[in-house]
Amino acid sequence: MTEFFQQVVSGLALGAIYAALALALVLIHRATGVINFAQGEMAMFTTYIAWTLTTNHGWDKWLAFAATLVLAFIGGVAIQRTVIRPIERASILTIVIVTIGLVLIFNGAAGWIWTAEVRFFPSLFPNDTISVGGVAISVIDLGTIAVVLVLVALLWAFFQFTTIGLALRASALNPDASRLVGVRVGWMLAIGWGLAAMLGAVAGILTAPTTTLDPTMMQAILIYAFAAAVLGGIDSPFGAVAGGLLLGVGLNLVGNYIDFVGADLRLPVALLIILVVLLVRPAGLFGKAIARRV
Amino acid sequence: MKRVGVQPRDAIGAAVFLLAVVAVLFLPRFISDFRAQQLAYVGIYFIALIGLNILTGFTGQISLGHGAFMAIGGYTTAILISDQGLELGSHVFSGDMRDLWTIPLAGLVAGIAGFLFGFPALRLTGLYLALATFAVAVATPAVIRKFEHFTGGGAGINLFESPRLTGVSKTDPITFESTEGVDVLRFHISTFNEWLYYLSWVIALVLFAVAWFVLRGRIGRAFRAIRDSELAAASAGVNLARYKTLAFGISAFYAGVAGSLLAIATTFVNPDTFPITLSIFLLVGVVVGGLGSLWPLVLGAVFIQFLPLWAQSLNDYLPSGFGPLDVPNFRAPGAPAVVYGVVLILVMLALPGGAAGLMRRLRALPALARRR
Repeated sequence: MTEFFQQVVSGLALGAIYAALALALVLIHRATGVINFAQGEMAMFTTYIAWTLTTNHGWDKWLAFAATLVLAFIGGVAIQRTVIRPIERASILTIVIVTIGLVLIFNGAAGWIWTAEVRFFPSLFPNDTISVGGVAISVIDLGTIAVVLVLVALLWAFFQFTTIGLALRASALNPDASRLVGVRVGWMLAIGWGLAAMLGAVAGILTAPTTTLDPTMMQAILIYAFAAAVLGGIDSPFGAVAGGLLLGVGLNLVGNYIDFVGADLRLPVALLIILVVLLVRPAGLFGKAIARRV
Repeated sequence: MKRVGVQPRDAIGAAVFLLAVVAVLFLPRFISDFRAQQLAYVGIYFIALIGLNILTGFTGQISLGHGAFMAIGGYTTAILISDQGLELGSHVFSGDMRDLWTIPLAGLVAGIAGFLFGFPALRLTGLYLALATFAVAVATPAVIRKFEHFTGGGAGINLFESPRLTGVSKTDPITFESTEGVDVLRFHISTFNEWLYYLSWVIALVLFAVAWFVLRGRIGRAFRAIRDSELAAASAGVNLARYKTLAFGISAFYAGVAGSLLAIATTFVNPDTFPITLSIFLLVGVVVGGLGSLWPLVLGAVFIQFLPLWAQSLNDYLPSGFGPLDVPNFRAPGAPAVVYGVVLILVMLALPGGAAGLMRRLRALPALARRR
């Protein structure tokens, strides 16, 4: 039972990371109907920036974390303005191909600048355990969960209580009407990309200490985030978070208690979840089904 | 529906095709062995690109995971050759027929897999299909590693007993005795790479002709109708389910054949032979050649084979220490990927038709000039 509880907590920590990246995907999809295939690679790239700041320039961990988030936001806005905006009205295929181009650029650039060498990335939290009712729980896991939950709460408050948040929601819901009442929809979309890049940076910085820092680090995480977003409903921010946590715990338990799956088949299991959800219930667990005229 | 008869354009096309065949057959006499190997890979990519374009360019179904179908083909050939004791090692020059039969078999296995994948894919439109195929490609190496007894796990499978055939010398790789090569239809083939070149290009030309015939007829018309508007196609009587699964099947067949050839060319397969980047490079090749084009895909294939080399040679033209932080060292490992990505985005932004679209525009120029 103790082990089970530990597995649930570490599953929640993994799930929190998936949730952060899934939320990034959902933010962009809600606003523009696009899935950003480069979300994972952008996250990896920003994690390298954080690594450079702490390891090469000796910055404080939390200061580097904050600086990276700011840089990620600026980077996300810049990418939307330069690359995504010109093809806003193009076909889905065009947009998918362009985001795949971004995947290549970020993956290549990371290898180019920092080489493919595997790096050690220090955690934001001490490598310690605390005992809760006789169960040893890792502080890193608790910290990871806390960071993501705080971030989600902040994001929710931002969307709910600020004017920009309102404008963001309006332009996602009805761009034409928003434009009529004076919302600068183009910039709102750019801010959406910035926020998504920021969430990705958080996911990357939280992932790197548990694995290692290398250019392929986020590839699997991106698939898990896809699965989480699809599971929760690709248009539902709440669903992305719930889906992420559910997926993290579920995959951890399945991987630990079903020998056949083990550590190797977690990724194919996530793929199976994506396929099954898309086929059986495309709106996901928390999404609203959209009727489509054929 | 009116049948399309033989038109003058077709005759010109056939003549050009025959010229291309002759050129392909005689080219190895003028190039080095190393170049022959590179061009063999171009032929292999060409096959895979035709397959992907049938699905994505002609039928409008996005696949970001065609490397997975190549993996199925590659592993089919590898398992058949290595486990069944089919001889290829020292017999490689003779092009042992039993081994060559694994190539169509690999295509069939991949084709059936693609056809079956087409059924769930029926319910996935646009973005979701891209997402699902992307996930398939990322998950493929994990699945290959898991079924170790079958696929050799992470260690992979050596197709031939000998460690890598280099083909540079005219020596038998096992006995190290001098061989004189073989004559096939009065063509003298002296090295493994040359043999590989002929193998991949003969198959590529046949499959190109097949694709051309399929796409110009009823099936191709149905594919294009689905791409342009599923709704209109369905109301005109095109059976969406039948043609979409068919497109998946044909497309995966081509990918399977290409994967099989890739396995033979590298003489070795392991999970890293078919990474997600392979699927992405195929997409790059199709976009550069032109979505919905056929022969310009050769240019796409040349692009994905030679771009890393071109990128590396860029340094010869740039002053050393160029740019901030000395970063543009185009010999560094990540450099080609960045160039691929930049080209991909630039093509989509400025020239969505790829090389095919560029040529169409150039051809239209004289007419435009005359009008003025």
